[in-house]
Amino acid sequence: MTDYSLKKLFWKRFKKNKLAIAGGIVVLLLFIIALSADFISPHDPSDIDRKHILEAPGAAHPLGTDDLGRDVLSRMIYGSRISLAVGFVAVGIATFIGMIFGAISGYYGKWTDRIIMRIIDIMLSIPTFFLILAVIAFIGPGIWNIMIVIGLTSWMGVARLVRAEFLSLKEREFVLAARAVGASDMRIIFGHIMVNSMAPVFVSAILGVASAILVESALSFLGIGITPPTPSWGNILTLGKDNIEIAWWLSVFPGIAILITVLSYNLVGEGLQDALDPRLWGSGE
Amino acid sequence: MPLPLCSFVPEFFNMITYLAKRLFEMIPTLFGITLVSFLILQLAPGKPTDVLTEMNPKITPEARERLEKLYGLDKPVMVQYGIWLKRVVKLDFGNSFSTDRRPVLEKIWDTKQPLIDRRLFITFLINLLSMVVIFIAAIPIGISSATHQHSLYDKITTVFVFIGFAMPTFWFALLLMMLFGIHLDWLPISGFKSMNYEALSLSGKIWDRTQHLVLPVFISSFGGLAGISRYMRSSMLEVIRQDYITTARAKGLPEKTVIYKHALRNALLSIITLLGLSVPGLIGGSVIFENIFGIPGMGQLFYMGVMTRDYPLVMGILTIGAMLTLAGNLLADIGYMLADPRIRAR
Repeated sequence: MTDYSLKKLFWKRFKKNKLAIAGGIVVLLLFIIALSADFISPHDPSDIDRKHILEAPGAAHPLGTDDLGRDVLSRMIYGSRISLAVGFVAVGIATFIGMIFGAISGYYGKWTDRIIMRIIDIMLSIPTFFLILAVIAFIGPGIWNIMIVIGLTSWMGVARLVRAEFLSLKEREFVLAARAVGASDMRIIFGHIMVNSMAPVFVSAILGVASAILVESALSFLGIGITPPTPSWGNILTLGKDNIEIAWWLSVFPGIAILITVLSYNLVGEGLQDALDPRLWGSGE
Repeated sequence: MPLPLCSFVPEFFNMITYLAKRLFEMIPTLFGITLVSFLILQLAPGKPTDVLTEMNPKITPEARERLEKLYGLDKPVMVQYGIWLKRVVKLDFGNSFSTDRRPVLEKIWDTKQPLIDRRLFITFLINLLSMVVIFIAAIPIGISSATHQHSLYDKITTVFVFIGFAMPTFWFALLLMMLFGIHLDWLPISGFKSMNYEALSLSGKIWDRTQHLVLPVFISSFGGLAGISRYMRSSMLEVIRQDYITTARAKGLPEKTVIYKHALRNALLSIITLLGLSVPGLIGGSVIFENIFGIPGMGQLFYMGVMTRDYPLVMGILTIGAMLTLAGNLLADIGYMLADPRIRAR
């Protein structure tokens, strides 16, 4: 089994999954939108226009204006940057911590494993959203704090995944061979086992981006995430709630943006998962 | 299958030892949870009592010191933790920093109020009802989409599940509030009882509460519904491929018996664990929907506590929330044990 044929098999399966491809295109589009926000947004997202407050969608403002007369479309375009940044950095942190803990736990076993698994149990039994809320409220809102806190509270799944991979791989021949020729623990962990357990980690990271985006929007909605004037999809929705009886567009559009973004990441993640799962390769779909 | 008594007695003892073991294992977890809750407090800049002293510009340095001493802030962190832990064991979380200065426990579980108006009970009730809704709806959905794999029904439920996963709960709540609360005016959009509640008859009161519960329970069960029905589907798909299902069919059992008796029991096992694991998510989510719907539960209190830096309250609710989670896990364990004879026999 060469690497080439594995890749080909993977692509063959992934390409067949039209939903996953559609999700991938949306994710790509979102990247382009976030990167080119300066060029494509019709207005300055923080331009206050007191003459046109809470204006319904129309020619000048395709998605309407908010309570300060700011253009909702422009704010949403800039808001996509926040979602992307929070999603990727938070997941990066979570994946890093999870990989380290999972690797140590699975490789060394015994009491190291027991302690780490206990820490994971503890983290899993504290309602995560309570924890995030408390920490953010105490250390203050702000994009970096949010990324770090989401990262620090969502690594447990990755750790369990990596641990399971390590448990199944560490007695395999290639690892025993590496140990026999005198490779160090570090080299075996990172150079031999970790590289072979990256696929499921990658899938869980993609799915993690989706949930990090959801958590960020919920925090911003509650007023302790990204705080105005910085635009984020969540804090536009807060305005939507405050003006629920008069300005439907403030509630509807940012929510659709979150829904589509999260949906796309989930579709890509699931598509990758199915394509990577050798048990599903045989079934002729 | 009726069990002969001679095998039931040792089985019963096995169950008890298993549960005792699980309970024993929870002690270090509980200890860790209190430690995390306590350490969060240390994250805050300044001293916790600053919140109290800031509000009072006339406070003298002596009074400030006295206050710090009262809360034991002059002692090292670990000693403070010990003192706090000793009180937490007796369920004493101290007094809230808010202007009423009431004990935290009394704010969460006010014995002077009727049961239905106690914050912890409200949150518990909504979460319990959501669990019931999830269980009642997700399992049939999962079973039928597994037994009709690739059918139109299966495809529709799959789409529903993916949207359910991606739906921001608070946004969905806003939309439903707009639709049912404002446009159609069918349901109340805020609070847990109407203004004229006291004047209502008993059945009127029950109806009033039910109306207030519909949207929150629906919202809080929606996300879980998607996840658990998906999980039920895949767990069912896995089970019906097993040899013993083929055997059951081969010996001529009706399909209904095969699915609902042989397959379902095995597929349910993983769902029971999952329900236990979903407790922290449900409790955490209560902050969001209690806020949106203005429901006076524990989540709303937590949010207010967090915003006003009411440290004793925040630590108290974090600990209680985690205890509820552990209780949920224990219940899941019991359920698992009742469903799986292999654990009983161990």
